[in-house]
Amino acid sequence: MSHATGVRYLKEGMLPHMWCSGCGIGVMLGAMLRAFEELGYRNADTVVVTGIGCTGKADDYLVTHALHTTHGRALAYATGIKAFNPKLHVVVLMGDGDSVTIGGNHFIHAARRNIDLTAIIINNFNYGMTGGQVSATTPGGRYTSTTSWGNPERDFDICALAEVAGANYVARETPYHGWEMKELIKEALNKKGFSLVEVFSPCPTHFGKNNEMRQTREMLDWLKEKGLPVEQYRKLSVAEQENHFAIGKLVDRDATDFNTRYEEIRARATAL
Amino acid sequence: MNELFKKGRETLGREVRLIQGNQAMSEGAIYAGARFFAGYPITPSSEIAEDCSKVMLKVGGVYMQMEDEIASIAAVIGASLAGAKAFTATSGPGFSLMQENLGVAVMGEVPCVVINVQRRGPSTGLSTKPAQGDIMQLRWGRHGDQSVIALCPATVSECFAMTVTAFNFAEKFRVPVIVAPDEIVAHMRETFSLPEPGEVEVIDRKKPSGSPKDYKPFVADADGVAPLAAYGSEYVFHVSSSMHGPDGYSNNDPANAAWRVAQLHRKIEMHRDEIVITKNFATEDADVLMIAFGATTRASRAAALELRKQGIKAGVLQLITLWPFADREVATLADKVKTVIVPEMNYSGQVAGEVQRVLGSGADIRRVNSYNGEVITPQEIRRVIS
Amino acid sequence: MGKKERYEIILAGSGGQGLVLAGIMLGEAAVLEGRNVVQTQSYGIASRGGLSLAEVIIDREEIIYQQVQEPDIILALTEEALEKYAALAEKGVRIFYDTTLAKPRAGENLTGYPFTKIASDLGNVASVNILSLGAMTAAVPMVKTESLAGVIRKRFQGKALEMNLEALRKGVELI
Repeated sequence: MSHATGVRYLKEGMLPHMWCSGCGIGVMLGAMLRAFEELGYRNADTVVVTGIGCTGKADDYLVTHALHTTHGRALAYATGIKAFNPKLHVVVLMGDGDSVTIGGNHFIHAARRNIDLTAIIINNFNYGMTGGQVSATTPGGRYTSTTSWGNPERDFDICALAEVAGANYVARETPYHGWEMKELIKEALNKKGFSLVEVFSPCPTHFGKNNEMRQTREMLDWLKEKGLPVEQYRKLSVAEQENHFAIGKLVDRDATDFNTRYEEIRARATAL
Repeated sequence: MNELFKKGRETLGREVRLIQGNQAMSEGAIYAGARFFAGYPITPSSEIAEDCSKVMLKVGGVYMQMEDEIASIAAVIGASLAGAKAFTATSGPGFSLMQENLGVAVMGEVPCVVINVQRRGPSTGLSTKPAQGDIMQLRWGRHGDQSVIALCPATVSECFAMTVTAFNFAEKFRVPVIVAPDEIVAHMRETFSLPEPGEVEVIDRKKPSGSPKDYKPFVADADGVAPLAAYGSEYVFHVSSSMHGPDGYSNNDPANAAWRVAQLHRKIEMHRDEIVITKNFATEDADVLMIAFGATTRASRAAALELRKQGIKAGVLQLITLWPFADREVATLADKVKTVIVPEMNYSGQVAGEVQRVLGSGADIRRVNSYNGEVITPQEIRRVIS
Repeated sequence: MGKKERYEIILAGSGGQGLVLAGIMLGEAAVLEGRNVVQTQSYGIASRGGLSLAEVIIDREEIIYQQVQEPDIILALTEEALEKYAALAEKGVRIFYDTTLAKPRAGENLTGYPFTKIASDLGNVASVNILSLGAMTAAVPMVKTESLAGVIRKRFQGKALEMNLEALRKGVELI
C-alpha cells in the first residue's frame, strides 16, 4: 500500500493552517485528502462544500471545486449540486453548530432523502470561531462562554440522529485515531446514499479551557478514554454507556439513494 | 431585446390556450432552459412547483421539494454552479427566508431566478390575496450592500416573457434575478400561445476558455462579467459567500473588498439601459401620468382610457423592471405632465417613494394605495383626478 | 339576447362547487372561438366552503382591466352569493341561481333552477357547475354550447365525460 499524502488536493503556500494547536480539523482534513487520493478522486470531479465556523474555513486549503456557503446550509447547497450532477463526489464539511444546531433541519432531511453526499462533521462541543458558546452538542452541565454555571440543555447524539433519519452509513472517530478516521472516511465516500463521519474533536482554546482541559493532551486523553470501539461499547450496560461513546462504523446499509430513485421515477414518467 | 414582448398578441396559426400566470412562468423557465427547480409549497405560487414537478421529469431536469425555502434557494445555487439553469418560486414568508442565501448568489455571482408571487402581509397576512408590498424587500431585503434585478409582469404573456428575460439577465450578468408578480397576475388566466423554440432569444452563461490553470472565476471581461465554469469541468474553481479575491479564495484585504463590492454593483450599472424595461401607453401628449406596475398597470390603463373619454389626456408608464429603478424614464415623462399618479397595492407607497426621490421632494405625486387584499380599480385611480 | 362583442360573467358560490373550473371551461370555450379571455378568482384559504368567486371576461378586443366591472351574467349557487348580487338584477344583469341552496326570489332577470338537485339526481352532484353553464349559455350566447362540449371532451374521459356531457345537455334543456 502506497502512502497517500493528499497533497495534490492542497493549495500551495497555505500551511501552516489557521486552526488552533490541538484542534482536530487539520487531522480530519489530512485524513479526508488521503482518502481522496487512495480512492483516486480527480480534483475536477470533487466538490467540497463548507458552511460557516472553524470547519467552514477548510475549503481555503483545497484545490478541488469548492463552495463556501452560509451557516447551517451547506447540506442544502450540496443537495442541489449532487441532485443535478450525480457524477460528482460531493463532500460537506461542517461543525456541530453548522450541521445540527442551526442546520439541524437540513441534516435530518439530507439523511432522510439518502442523497449521495458524504458529510464530515467536526464536533468540538461548542462554537469555536465565535468564542466558545454552547451548541446543540455541548454535553449537559458543561461550561461554555454562554453556560457559565453549566449547560441546562441536553446534547444531540449526531450519529443516532443520522441513523434514525435514514443515513446509509454512519461512523464516529476522534483525531486520536487518524488512520482509522481515513479508513472510515473512505468507506463513507464509497457508500452510495447519505454517509456521515462524525469526528469528536478537541477544542482546547474554548471548550477545554472552560472545562478543565486547557491542554490539548488533556482533551485528547478525554476523547481516548471515553471513546470505545463500537463492539466494546455495545457490550456495556446502559449506565456504563453514559460515560463513554462509540467509535468506528455504527451504521452500514444500502437503501436506495435519492438520485437512483428519481431516475426510476423518471423512467416511469417518460414511459407514459 | 425582447421579441416576444414586442409581438404582443400576434398569435395567429398557433395553439392558443387559457393559462395561469404561474403556469406561464414555469413554461417560460423551461423555454429558457431551466432544468432544476427546488422549492417549498406556498400560496399563491404553488402551481409553479406543481408544474415543474411534472415537467422536469420529462425534460431531463430535476425537481426537488426541499425542507424549507432556505434550503430551496441553497439547492438552486448549488445546482446552478453544477451547470444548471435553476430557479425557485415562493411568496412573502418564503421570500423572507431566502434572503440570506440570495445574498450568496449576489456575492458568488451565481445565475439563478427567484419568482416571488406577492401576497398580502404583514407576516402570513392574507395568504390568498394580492399585494405589491415587497418592492423594497426585493431591492433591500438582504443584509450588506448589493444590487439586484427585479421584474414585474402585468399579463400572462408577460409572465412568460419576463421569466425568459429573467433567465437571460441571470445568465448574462451572473446575478440572481427576481420575478415578482402580484397574486392577481400569477393566478389570472389569460389567452396565451407558446412561442416556437428559437423564436425568443435565450442566453446561456459565458463559459471560460483557455487554460484551466489560469481560470479565475471573478475576473470580469470588458462587459463586467466573468465567465462561469461548472463543477465537474476541468476549470476547477471556488465560490464563496465570504469576501474573496479574483480566484474565489478568502481575501480580507480592504482594497480587494472595495474592488469586489464595487464590481458587483457596477456590472448592473453598466448594463442599466438593457435591464430597465418600461412600456408607455398614450404618454406622448399626456397631462396626467400614471406610473404603474403589475396588475395596477391594467387598472391604470383602463382609468386612462376613461379619462381620455372625458377629455383628460392621461397616459401610463408601466414599470416592468422594478430594480434597478427606472429613474431616467420616470424623470423624462414626469417632466412633461401636470399630474403624476402612483397606484400600488401597499400602504406605504413603496414605488411612489422612489418616484418622489426621482422627481424631488417638492413634486406633487398623488398616491392611490390599497392594502385590504383587494385590487385597485380604475375608478379609484380616476377619483384622484376629479 | 343577441350576441355581444364582450361579456363579463361572475360565477359565485362556495368553495368546492367547481366554480373556478366552470370559469376556466367557459373561458376555454371562448378561446376555442378565437376570442380573448381573462379569468380571475377570489377565494379564502379553505378548499371547501366560504364565498368563492370566479370571474370571466370574454372580448374580441384586448382585455385591459382584469376584473369584471359591469357584469352581464351572474351565477349564484348559494344563498350568500345570491344575497350579494340579487340587487343587480334590477339594473339589467341576468342572474341565474340555484333554488336548491338559495331562497327563491321573484323579479325580472332572476332565473332560478334547482341546479344542485338536478345534478344530484343525475348521480353526480359535482357536475352542478357544468349543468349551470349549460343553462346560462343556452339563455345568453356568451359561447356556443358546442364549444363548451368541445372543452368537456378535452378535459374528461370515459364515464366522467359521459356524465358531464349529460349534465351540459340537461342544463341546456332547462332553457
